[in-house]
Amino acid sequence: MYENMTNILIVGVGGQGVLLASELLSEVAIMTGNDVKKSEVHGMSQRGGVVSSHVRYGSQVFSPIIPYRKADIILSFEQSEGLRALDWLLPEGKIIVSRTRLVPPSAHLGGLGYPDDPIAEIKAKNADMIAVDADKMALELGNPRLVNTILLAVASPFLKFEKAVWQEAIRKLVKPKFVEINLKAFDLGCDLAQPKSVA
Amino acid sequence: MKKLLSGNEAVARGVFEAGVKLASAYPGTPSTEILETIARDYRSIYCEWSPNEKVAFEVGIGGSLGGGRSLVTMKHVGLNVAADPLMTFSYTGVNAGFVFISADDPDMHSSQNEQDNRIFAKFAQVPFLEPSDSQESKEMMLEAYEISERFDTPVMVRMTTRISHSKGMVDFDDPIDAPKQKQFDRDVTKYVMVPAHARARHVVMLEREERLKKYVETSQFNRVEEFGTELGIITGGISYQYVKEVMPEVDVLKIGIGFPMPLEMIGKFVKAHKRVIIVEELEPYYEDIIKSAGMTDVEGKIYTGRTGELSPHRVAQSMNKAGVLDYSTPNGFEPGEMFARPPMLCPGCPHRGLFTVLKKLKLTVTGDIGCYTLGATKPLEALHSCFCMGASIGNAIGMEKVNGTGSGVVAVLGDSTFLHSGITGVLDAVYNKSNTVIIIADNRVTAMTGGQEHPATGRTLMGEKTKEVDFVKLCEALGVESVRVIDPLNYDETMTVVKEEIERPGPSVVITDKPCVLMPKRIMETPYEVILDECNGCSACFRIGCPAIYPSKEMTDRGRPKAEIDATLCTGCTLCAQICLPEAIVLTQIPEKVGS
Repeated sequence: MYENMTNILIVGVGGQGVLLASELLSEVAIMTGNDVKKSEVHGMSQRGGVVSSHVRYGSQVFSPIIPYRKADIILSFEQSEGLRALDWLLPEGKIIVSRTRLVPPSAHLGGLGYPDDPIAEIKAKNADMIAVDADKMALELGNPRLVNTILLAVASPFLKFEKAVWQEAIRKLVKPKFVEINLKAFDLGCDLAQPKSVA
Repeated sequence: MKKLLSGNEAVARGVFEAGVKLASAYPGTPSTEILETIARDYRSIYCEWSPNEKVAFEVGIGGSLGGGRSLVTMKHVGLNVAADPLMTFSYTGVNAGFVFISADDPDMHSSQNEQDNRIFAKFAQVPFLEPSDSQESKEMMLEAYEISERFDTPVMVRMTTRISHSKGMVDFDDPIDAPKQKQFDRDVTKYVMVPAHARARHVVMLEREERLKKYVETSQFNRVEEFGTELGIITGGISYQYVKEVMPEVDVLKIGIGFPMPLEMIGKFVKAHKRVIIVEELEPYYEDIIKSAGMTDVEGKIYTGRTGELSPHRVAQSMNKAGVLDYSTPNGFEPGEMFARPPMLCPGCPHRGLFTVLKKLKLTVTGDIGCYTLGATKPLEALHSCFCMGASIGNAIGMEKVNGTGSGVVAVLGDSTFLHSGITGVLDAVYNKSNTVIIIADNRVTAMTGGQEHPATGRTLMGEKTKEVDFVKLCEALGVESVRVIDPLNYDETMTVVKEEIERPGPSVVITDKPCVLMPKRIMETPYEVILDECNGCSACFRIGCPAIYPSKEMTDRGRPKAEIDATLCTGCTLCAQICLPEAIVLTQIPEKVGS
């Protein structure tokens, strides 16, 4: 029953702009004629806690949250959150992780600490992963918020929407003065998605 | 036209299409965006943030009596505050349509309890509707106003976090021809609830319930979806979506109006199926009503549980346990045990300064509802109770009365919370000669829910300028003899004033006056940095729990990590620099432009 359905889980830390990415993805799914639902939790999570957004599209969507371990693709704005979210990934799913590292103060005050190398741990579990320096790229382009567009672009070849649709969605949702830089970020992300250029 | 809307945005759209004239609320997750959407997109509707849910509810009643369709929204616990007017409004009934939203929070994403307000509607004997997606959230608003006027009753629409904050496609329609404004009828037997009138209205209310019982049997919102299975599921709200997800072709009776329940329809459904299982979140609300109507063979809570949210996974597990679905946990990756990433006070948050001092003084702190509740989390752990809006003051008074003066009890609550329910607490402290210190952590915004206006911000929800409450004058007028204003990010000043007020007999109020760093404006000063050669690894700066401070890879001779500061997160609040004994934390030498 999941053949007809695409499940994307987007995760990160409060304040990183996770919700923007899910808006853009939802828009693309709507523009291509899908039924769409998305779900996220606001409130306490904005204060530096974990934020996740579930996006589902297909001919008819019931549950707004992705069934456990049925995420086709996970986009993570932060390394360790990618590892945490791995629990939701289909065994044959794909995870795209930004190498961004955000260590909360509570993780170095005793108790369970921040993992040494979350990316290596994801790799060791044989998950199909693409790790990208999305935050560095975004800063080079001049705006940390571009992590959104870069990660979506890396995922785009697997989501099977035409590039022109993504570009149209960006023009529609992004503030006019940021459209050009977002389109540029999208191009850069698309290049990264090519297997040969993945580190 | 179709648009992707959250349940809350869809409610706002429905309210607009239903020709509503007035909307009032106090912000509360997950309900807040309903009024924000109305204020932004449907400017023809008068809307306001009221000081609390009781006032909001009373304003809504006034709107209805005045003849305009009215809306009041709140989170589940807000209905506790508004319960007083609700219980009697159910007796009088409405003039123009009146609908209130209870946005419940199963799993407590942002709440102190997960009470199930379906039971509240039954208690108040008001009908309630329960949408299961955004489209229904809109449609049910129109239906709710129809029911309210046709049956002369307030109507509840019960949302949950997953409905309020999930988005789905919604059809837009034109607003209906707004019902003509009905003049207020000065009928004292209907609206003046003295005992003689109320006795008569109670009977009217029960007759209304009988008429509603007939109506719900035919409502399009209670429906059976038939596939010819021996198993039948009774469900409603978000649980309906989870049932459809895991068992798309099982007979379902979907409840859209949950009070009164369509017992005839349910009776037929139960009779037509070999086995009936009820799938509902939280309390066995449907189950208890159905069982007490004599249908004792139905099952439910023994499989689904009574705590937290359901999910496709939980529903599938429950159905597997019931023996009606073959399901096991799908294969996948095991991330292993992970560190926690709890919400915390933002870098530069003025509350951090306050709690650093309260912690140093080892005071018992009764807390309240707001961002500053995060003062309870590690590493600060400087707030020791949290019940409901305004509770901190009463809690401190009681604790001090049994422990005796000098026990060092301090109440901490925010500006919006103080205006919501704290003023009467201060009154009690003065009247009953308490020795507590009441600290109003005034950051000039309702921060936890996303930065809403309140009576001390000088602006209304509709963007107009208005009077600002003067906390000092207010507290003095209540009879507090010592009211002091401090900068909570000035460590020494905060320390001195709190100490003095603890010593002083009689109640005192201390007001902190630094604004929220995020709202309405993001505050970003030049960041600070650590001179690593000067850092002795004492970890004092780690213990204030600032997200901008992290352990360096560089260690001291004794193998302890030195501190570093993330310049993109640091707001330059100076707190860490003030408590750093070796004075290793200094203003960044070459000022960089940070932030966006």
